[in-house]
Amino acid sequence: MNYNWDWGVLIREPYLGWLISGFGWTIAVSLVAWILAFSLGSVIGILRTTSNKWLSGFATGYVELFRNIPLLVQMFLWYFVFPELLPHDAGMWVKRDLPMPQFTTAAVCLGLYTASRVAEQVRAGIEAIGQGQRNAGLAIGLTPAQVYRYVLLPVSYRIIIPPLTSEFLTIFKNSSVALTIGVLETTAQARQIEEYTFQGFEAFTIATLLYVLVTSIVMLSMRLLEGRVRIPGMISLGAK
Amino acid sequence: MIELKNVSKWFGDFQVLKDCTTSVAKAEVVVVCGPSGSGKSTLIKCVNGLEPFQEGRITVDGVSVGDKGTNLPKLRSRIGMVFQNFELFPHITVVENIKLAQLKVLNREDQEAGIKALQLLERVGLADQAEKYPAQLSGGQQQRVAIGRALAMDPIAMLFDEPTSALDPEMINEVLDVMVELASEGMTMMVVTHEMGFARRVANCIIFMDAGRIEEDCTKDEFFGSERGQRAQIFLSKILHH
Amino acid sequence: MLGGFDFKVIFDNIGFLVEGMQTTFLLTIVAILGGLVLGTLLALARLSPFKPLSFVAGTYVNFFRSMPLILVIFWFYFLVPHVVGHPVGGFQSVLVAFILFEAAYYCEIMRAGIQSVRKGQVYAGQALGLTYAQNMRYIVLPQAFRNMVPILLTQAIILFQDTSLVYVVGVKDFLVSADLIANRENRILEMFTVAALVYLVFCLMGSFIIRRLQRKYAT
Repeated sequence: MNYNWDWGVLIREPYLGWLISGFGWTIAVSLVAWILAFSLGSVIGILRTTSNKWLSGFATGYVELFRNIPLLVQMFLWYFVFPELLPHDAGMWVKRDLPMPQFTTAAVCLGLYTASRVAEQVRAGIEAIGQGQRNAGLAIGLTPAQVYRYVLLPVSYRIIIPPLTSEFLTIFKNSSVALTIGVLETTAQARQIEEYTFQGFEAFTIATLLYVLVTSIVMLSMRLLEGRVRIPGMISLGAK
Repeated sequence: MIELKNVSKWFGDFQVLKDCTTSVAKAEVVVVCGPSGSGKSTLIKCVNGLEPFQEGRITVDGVSVGDKGTNLPKLRSRIGMVFQNFELFPHITVVENIKLAQLKVLNREDQEAGIKALQLLERVGLADQAEKYPAQLSGGQQQRVAIGRALAMDPIAMLFDEPTSALDPEMINEVLDVMVELASEGMTMMVVTHEMGFARRVANCIIFMDAGRIEEDCTKDEFFGSERGQRAQIFLSKILHH
Repeated sequence: MLGGFDFKVIFDNIGFLVEGMQTTFLLTIVAILGGLVLGTLLALARLSPFKPLSFVAGTYVNFFRSMPLILVIFWFYFLVPHVVGHPVGGFQSVLVAFILFEAAYYCEIMRAGIQSVRKGQVYAGQALGLTYAQNMRYIVLPQAFRNMVPILLTQAIILFQDTSLVYVVGVKDFLVSADLIANRENRILEMFTVAALVYLVFCLMGSFIIRRLQRKYAT
C-alpha cells in the first residue's frame, strides 16, 4: 500500500485551526439542536399521553412526519425549499438577513427532527409508569396537570435517562449532516484536509477520535447522573 | 352519602356493569365481593370518576359524579381511595407522600401539612418511617401509609379497591386492623375485598356482584345467614374454607 | 406559490428517478443482509464466554456506534481503494461502509433479544440434557428472534433513510437523482418535496407492516 504518513499535518496551520473550528461548530450545532429537541420533544411526548384526541393526534402526526423523512432530505427542505414557501418579505429576510444561515438552519432542522425521537422516549417513559400511579394522583384530587408535574414526570424522566443520553449522542453524530448545507463542522474539516493534503488517514483518524472521545465522556456523565438521581430502595427504575 | 342508580358501563362492546343500583349511608361500611371479573373494581372506580360510565347516575354527598359540570378534582379530594397496589409515589418520602395533596390541592401551609402527616403516621403505627422512601417499606407498611395519604384530605368517605389482595398473608392483618379502627370511628367506607372475616366484623351491608350485576345487596346477617342466592352461596363456599 | 408547482418535470424524468430508487433499494437490501450476518456473528461473539473474543466484538461495536455514518462513508470511500490497490467504484465502497456500520447496530439489537429470553428457559433446556449449541438453536434463538424482529425491521427502515447520505460521495441513489434533476431543471421545490413524500410514504408503509406483523405474532 503506497501511503506517505505525515501525522505532523494535524498540528500544522492552517489544518489545526480548521480542526479546532470544525469541532467548535459540531459542539455548537449539537447543543443548540439539543435544547430545541429536548424542550419541544418533551412537550410533544407529554401531549401524546393525554386523553385529548386533538392534542395527542397532533403530536402523533408530528412524530410520524419528522421520523419518516431522512434527516438529509429535511435539511435540504429547510435550506432550499422553506425560504421559497414563505411570503415574499419573510422569504427575503431568511435568504439575506438571517444570521449564520447554514448554522441556524442546521440547528433548527436537527432540533425539530430529534424532537420527534425525544417525544417517543418521553411517551414511553410515562407509559411505563402505568395507569395505577395516574389514578392514585387523580384520586387524591390532583388535577391532570398536577398529576403530570408531581407524579408522572419526576419518575419518568429518571427512567429515560439512558435513552435520552442516546438521543443526545445521536444529535452529536447527526450534526455531521450539516456539512451538506455548508456548515464546516468536524467531519467537513477532516474531508477538507484530506482533499488538500491527501493525508486521509490522519485527518479521518483525528475526527474519529474526537467523536469517540465525546461519546465516552457523555456516557460516563450519564452513569454519574443516574447514580445521583436514583430513587432510594429501587434497584431498577421501571414498571412494576 | 353515596348513591348509585342504574349504572351501566361498556368497554367497547363488552358490558362490564349492568344496571347497578345501591347506596351507602353515612357512617356505613359496605363490602363489595364477588368472583374475578365481576366488575367490582370497575364499580368502585366509577364512584370517584376514575372510570367513566355510560348510563345511570352516581352521586356523592349530593354531587353528581357523571355530570359534565362537576369539578372532579375537587370532588375526589373529598373522597379517599386506597388501591390494591398501594400506588405510593416512589420518588418522594413517606411523609412527603402524605403532604403532597394537602399542599397542592387543599393549599394548606407546609407546617400544618407536616404536623397532620406525622399525626396520621402515628395513627397507622409508622411514625418512625417518615423519612423513608416507599420502596424501602414492606407491602403492609406501604398500604398503611396509603391509607394515611387518603385520610390526610379529611375525606367524607373512603373507597378501598382490594386493599389486601397484593399483600403477603402475614401483613394482611396489620392493614385490616387500621381499617377496622376507621370503621369504628364512623367513617363511611366502601370496600372491595375477599376478606370475609373483615366483612363479618365490620360491614353493615354486603354487596355480591357477578358478571357485572349486583346479585345480592343485604345486611351482614342476612348474607351470612341462610337466605341468599345460589351464586353467592357457591362463591362463599369457595372462599370461606380459609 | 403553489401555482408555480410543476409536476411535469417529475414525469419527464421518471426513468432517472426510478433508477435512483433501484440503487437505494439495492444498497438497503444488501446492507441489511450483510449487516445481519455480520451482526449475528458479532452478537454471538459478544455473548461468548471466551473473554478476548467478546472484548474484540465489544470494541468493534462501541467504536462504530460512536461515529457518524457520514464519517464512516468518507473513511471507506477513501480507504478501500488504498487497501485494494486500485480505484474502486463509489457504490462498492459505500456498501462496505454500510454493512460494517449496520452490523454494529444489529449486533446490539440481537444481543438484547437473546438476553431477553428468561434464564429459566436456558436452565430448562440444560436440565433436559441439551448442549449449548442445541439450547441456542431450539430454545433461545427462536424466542429471541420473535422478540427482536420488530426492532430489526425498524432498524431496516432507518437504514433505508440513511442511504440518502451517499449524497456526500456522489453515489446516484434516489435523493441524488432528485437533486441532479432539481439543479438541472431549476425545479428545487418540486423535486425535494416529492423526494420527501416518497420517503415518507415508503417509511410509513414499512412501519405499518411492522405493526401488523407485531400484532399477528405477539407473544
